[in-house]
Amino acid sequence: MVVFEKPKALTDKVFHYCPGCTHGIIHRLVAEAIDELDIEGKTIGVAPVGCAVLAYDYFACDMIEAAHGRAPAVATGVKRSMPDRVVFAYQGDGDLASIGMCETVSTAARGENVTIIFVNNAIYGMTGGQMAPTSLIGQVTQTSPYGRDPKTQGYPIRVCELLATLDAPQYLERVTVNSVKNVRNAKKAIKKAFQNQIEGKGFSLVEVVSACPTNWGMTPQKALEWIDEKMLPQYPLGCYRDKDQEV
Amino acid sequence: MQEKTLMKGNEAIAEAAILAGCRHYFGYPITPQTEVAAYMAKKMPKIGGTFLQAESEIAAINMVYGVASTGKLAMTSSSSPGIALKTEGISYLAGADLPALIVNVQRGGPGLGGIQPSQSDYFLATRGPGHGDFHVLVLAPASVQEMADLTGKAFQLAMKYRMPAMLLADGTMGQMMEPVVLPEPKNPAAQPPAWAAVGTEGKRAHNVVNSLYLDPLTLERTNFERFQRYAQAEREETMWEEFMMEDAEICVVSCGITARVSRNAIVEARKRGIKVGMIRPITLWPFPKKPLFAAAEKVKSFLCVELNMGQMKQDVELAIRCKRPVDLCCRVGGMIPSPDEVLQKIVKANEQGG
Repeated sequence: MVVFEKPKALTDKVFHYCPGCTHGIIHRLVAEAIDELDIEGKTIGVAPVGCAVLAYDYFACDMIEAAHGRAPAVATGVKRSMPDRVVFAYQGDGDLASIGMCETVSTAARGENVTIIFVNNAIYGMTGGQMAPTSLIGQVTQTSPYGRDPKTQGYPIRVCELLATLDAPQYLERVTVNSVKNVRNAKKAIKKAFQNQIEGKGFSLVEVVSACPTNWGMTPQKALEWIDEKMLPQYPLGCYRDKDQEV
Repeated sequence: MQEKTLMKGNEAIAEAAILAGCRHYFGYPITPQTEVAAYMAKKMPKIGGTFLQAESEIAAINMVYGVASTGKLAMTSSSSPGIALKTEGISYLAGADLPALIVNVQRGGPGLGGIQPSQSDYFLATRGPGHGDFHVLVLAPASVQEMADLTGKAFQLAMKYRMPAMLLADGTMGQMMEPVVLPEPKNPAAQPPAWAAVGTEGKRAHNVVNSLYLDPLTLERTNFERFQRYAQAEREETMWEEFMMEDAEICVVSCGITARVSRNAIVEARKRGIKVGMIRPITLWPFPKKPLFAAAEKVKSFLCVELNMGQMKQDVELAIRCKRPVDLCCRVGGMIPSPDEVLQKIVKANEQGG
């Protein structure tokens, strides 16, 4: 009996992610959702610019590489061209909440029937650890070497809460992957975000609070603990919109 | 053969795009091209197509990128400042070898500039439509009829060469009304091209639409391969029109609205016995270097008539390898030279005798 195996929706390409990076887990959860819903052949993914830029090599479905922050616009084009296909974008915090915030908000406001997986690790990883729109107050990064100072560098953006002010989104949930229990919850949310699209319900976004041990300067274990200690107080887990639950 | 109808240039573009089989339009409001979007907003929902007013010019071109990734015809239209914003997406289209149509109904610049006609995006279109080493096909209509014809042609060439095409019109072309015979309708292609990201259906390995190549040798190869296609386009797709060039001693070079003005000036100059003709580039990239080089053997001088400070003049000088003097007759900022202004320049060139 097979107890655990690599999902079919992942290719055999070896991940380039750093030790302890949670992108690997999130990729697997997305692929498992695709497998379980049996939609790999009709799914088109949109990869971001950032640490997950090479996601197009890892997902076995058709993939498109977007410009930095533009994945929701590209996904919109794909979905309008092929409404019967399942279209998802996979984006980091700099991509989705900084340079691409306009595309993110507008795609959500249109209720575009796409699925967005938003990986929030509070830092620009690929470029070597700069301050992100979601970096915490006091967080030391390459471009906030004295800690993020709200007087000059502003406050972190809570994406789920921000999008929840819009009428259109069908489903907004924040999850994390720093424990087995949390991984299982994340899986449920990601699968639901795809299921919603299949059922034509509209815009679904799952924010995954994620770890970046390399750029946080921590061991993988400490980084997972740091999620509980520092990230979750700023980014509380939970469902911020589920139209299915509304009366 | 369809009937002759009276249309605005911008509307002719929109209708011709639909007739060419385009069902996906993304735009953002900007003068003087709004009629394209307005036409699409009315028509696309009636024929099962997409009209989407994007949140920005950048989003619009990236939506085009999304549709193009699925192998379908997609377009956006804008005017100069908006086109500048789209250059990011145009570069990605070029880098991923995707076909698309970008309409630029040019207005005066730089900056916010004005809203009157201009040809000052000649460099942007032919030199720098985005970062990196690439070209877009650039077609310059000089009548409402050509607005329609070149829209279809642009889609056809973009698909053939897997590269973006830009219809580079000026505000006059967009706003003027003329009789036009619309092309025969074509249905959107039934089957997507082999490279398109449309879902594997479990029947093939995944397609990846991409412009990232971290290995420099691979990236170099993609550039070399792309430029082979460009070379073929230069050999086979260059378009121009010659007017009264048989015995010409002065060659006017002009495109778009200024070619129309120049035509009148040339007819008037001929009445005065001045041997003048015109080479009108229809494709600005590829630029008609050969006919210009050949003309340099016969004529004494060239006169560029442009709505910019002499951007095309540089291409003419390169094409004729500076064999003959090239003068410039230009108005900018939304001004258009009168036939008389062009005539005076022709008379002066005739007196100087090259």
